[in-house]
Amino acid sequence: MKFLDEYRDPTAVRRYVRAIAEITTRDWTIMEICGGQTHSIVKFGLDSLLPDKITLLHGPGCPVCVTPAELIDKAIEIASRPEVIFCSFGDMMRVPGTGKDLLSVKAAGGDIRMVYSPLDAVRLARENPHRQVVFFAIGFETTAPANAMAVMQAKQSGLKNFTVLVSHVLVPPAIEAILSSPDNRVQGFLAAGHVCAVMGYTEYEPIAEQFRVPIVVTGFEPLDIIQGIYLCIKQLEEKRFEVENAYSRVVNREGNRTAQRVMGDLFRVVNRKWRGIGEIPASGLGLKEEYKEFDAELRFGVAGKKVEEATECISGLILRGMKKPPDCPAYGTKCTPEHPLGATMVSSEGTCAAYYSYRRLAPLGKSESQRQKNG
Amino acid sequence: MDKKIEPSCPIPITDYPHILLAHGGGGKLMHQLLEKIILPSFDNPALNSRHDGAVLKMGQVRIAFTTDSYVVQPLFFPGGDIGSLAINGTVNDLAMCGAGPLYLSAGFILEEGFPMETLWRVVQSMKKAAQDAGVSLVTGDTKVVDRGKGDQIFINTAGIGLIKHDLNISPASVVPGDAIILSGDIGRHGMAIMSARENIGFESAIESDCAPLHEMVLKLLEEKIKIHCLRDLTRGGLAGGLVEIAETCNCRLEIDESRIKIREEVRSACELLGLDPFYVANEGRFIAFVPEADATRSIDILRQFDNGRESTVIGGVHESDAGLVVLKTIMGVGRIVDMMSGEQLPRIC
Amino acid sequence: MCLAIPGKIKSIISDEPLSRTARVDFGGTIREVNLVCVPEAKIGDYVLVHVGMALSTIDETEAQQVFRYLREMEDLSESRESGDEIS
Repeated sequence: MKFLDEYRDPTAVRRYVRAIAEITTRDWTIMEICGGQTHSIVKFGLDSLLPDKITLLHGPGCPVCVTPAELIDKAIEIASRPEVIFCSFGDMMRVPGTGKDLLSVKAAGGDIRMVYSPLDAVRLARENPHRQVVFFAIGFETTAPANAMAVMQAKQSGLKNFTVLVSHVLVPPAIEAILSSPDNRVQGFLAAGHVCAVMGYTEYEPIAEQFRVPIVVTGFEPLDIIQGIYLCIKQLEEKRFEVENAYSRVVNREGNRTAQRVMGDLFRVVNRKWRGIGEIPASGLGLKEEYKEFDAELRFGVAGKKVEEATECISGLILRGMKKPPDCPAYGTKCTPEHPLGATMVSSEGTCAAYYSYRRLAPLGKSESQRQKNG
Repeated sequence: MDKKIEPSCPIPITDYPHILLAHGGGGKLMHQLLEKIILPSFDNPALNSRHDGAVLKMGQVRIAFTTDSYVVQPLFFPGGDIGSLAINGTVNDLAMCGAGPLYLSAGFILEEGFPMETLWRVVQSMKKAAQDAGVSLVTGDTKVVDRGKGDQIFINTAGIGLIKHDLNISPASVVPGDAIILSGDIGRHGMAIMSARENIGFESAIESDCAPLHEMVLKLLEEKIKIHCLRDLTRGGLAGGLVEIAETCNCRLEIDESRIKIREEVRSACELLGLDPFYVANEGRFIAFVPEADATRSIDILRQFDNGRESTVIGGVHESDAGLVVLKTIMGVGRIVDMMSGEQLPRIC
Repeated sequence: MCLAIPGKIKSIISDEPLSRTARVDFGGTIREVNLVCVPEAKIGDYVLVHVGMALSTIDETEAQQVFRYLREMEDLSESRESGDEIS
């Protein structure tokens, strides 16, 4: 696939790895914000190519993981109603609230549909005028334009049976929260390229300056990530703290103005609870007053619902980059993808699950060359 | 960040009170179901071998016996339909025991209102697949359920095949030093079905790889290849098949990502939905464990077949304390391949 | 967090303001994609698509950036090394 395969070239990756080793003189800790990047790193085994001096911490950029239990409970309550067709992205369906997950609601008779796009949910609303179609609008800035577009299309078509359950979160407040924490260890960031495709990176410039951290806008393929790491280390070594764009084929400084306008028309900035972290001020998006007829929380009367999250696992510390999964006593023993204790183990994009799937490592054996000849 | 806020987490879901779709997904939940409910209830050596079919001794002959049910939606998909699948699936389960498939049964569960014309098409497809595979459908049953109590048509087939070799083809026979052979590219069946699914669907030229495998297997046996184990890569895909075998034989299976073929259109569909092709179902692919010394000859034999032209050694078996599958990624780094917990869900965010 | 992949615009099937839509080819897999956020995109362009929405048009010149940078970096390091030898 064009614009994908060329960025998986192992030779080029190794050349960058060599360059990283050459410039690294001391210990550095950098964080990739985005769960998609974490997934690539462990899937391709990129971190094991890096010098020991470099520690990668995995950030809170997994919308599935940070969606609060409270909101999942609301989703479950709405999805259990007989008149509702509840639409969700696939990986959200397996994340438990305080009790059940959406898959259990489906098993108990709820009409829950997995969709690829929020726009598919609007189509379902058009095709099923006698049912209430609800879309679980989770995501970071990347997903906001599509979710906003869904509501706009519904409004334009005069649909009275389409609503969204919104759980949108924003990246810059999360970075600030991590950096403001007294026990912060992160010295540099790989910013999430697809968030920046929408938002640009001007928001990160004051953060880099105030906290004296390099922030490198980074893509998702192995070569993108390894170049992002190189540029971040180079800045750290040279004591520079700038925002740098290593994903210029997709991202420009201002971002996508049209997409920002679409989001701005529909959403306003609100305080948001992050699962495992707690409430971060001005860290999310909610529907504007003039679109409240599309708010599923209001339509189904669940807006006031509050639940306390259990306090057992360390997913909050993992999401803030203070701990790694193997630091948790429950990791891989009490807590596995079948028996998740925390959100980071539930989603395949979650740090614990990614570690568990790809990381319980054994060294490669010999006789590889012997076998080559048989193929 | 407010220091007063303690890290928190969701309450675990340890046991589901209802059957989920994931219990049929070929992953860990399905294995839990087997281990907790089915195996302890019917405990016997043939069942406990946990092979694709049971190998039974009847007088002086050994036979393989197997059954499978087909509930695929949509009924017709690119490259096949529920009818051809119902024949080939059972033929392949017999083939994986090293048996020559002979006789099949078919049970139809039909939903009230199901169009007669569609049933005819399904049955004609079964007829053709049975002819192609050289098996006879010798007994059967039909039941009709109330409208809404089924989903158009479900088919169960069972099959009997004759075993003419004296090998013990089973996961327990896998030993360090074996080569692992894969009979072709992976992921086509699952993605062909996915492409036709409502709300996820996409246009693609992907066709299911649905095909009978017994001729390839019988040829290997005829050429005196000392097969240790065979597994067709249906639900759970290549990863599921490898992990199951690794856990039974208690060895470390090492495979090389760059040797595993995936067609461009399968790969792109997987990228689009965030799926891992290693876990996607196949209906015409198998892995064979053979002694390293037989590997080259096995490949030569398999490549004589249209459906085996891309056969290749993808890795080997190594001594280990625990059953484990390790993948050498295209970056040259080793990582663990685990079984999915349930059905693979599109990873959209 | 956000799975987005590049695909090539094959044809534009609707030019309605809120639903400008294209058929986009992702290496043989084709999906309908909303183009409202990339008004400049035309047939033959590659767009980055997330949940059915094009977010950016791929800049084909900038696509070489990571390789260009690698070459420049290595040239620099080589000339430094050979410089060391001379001195």
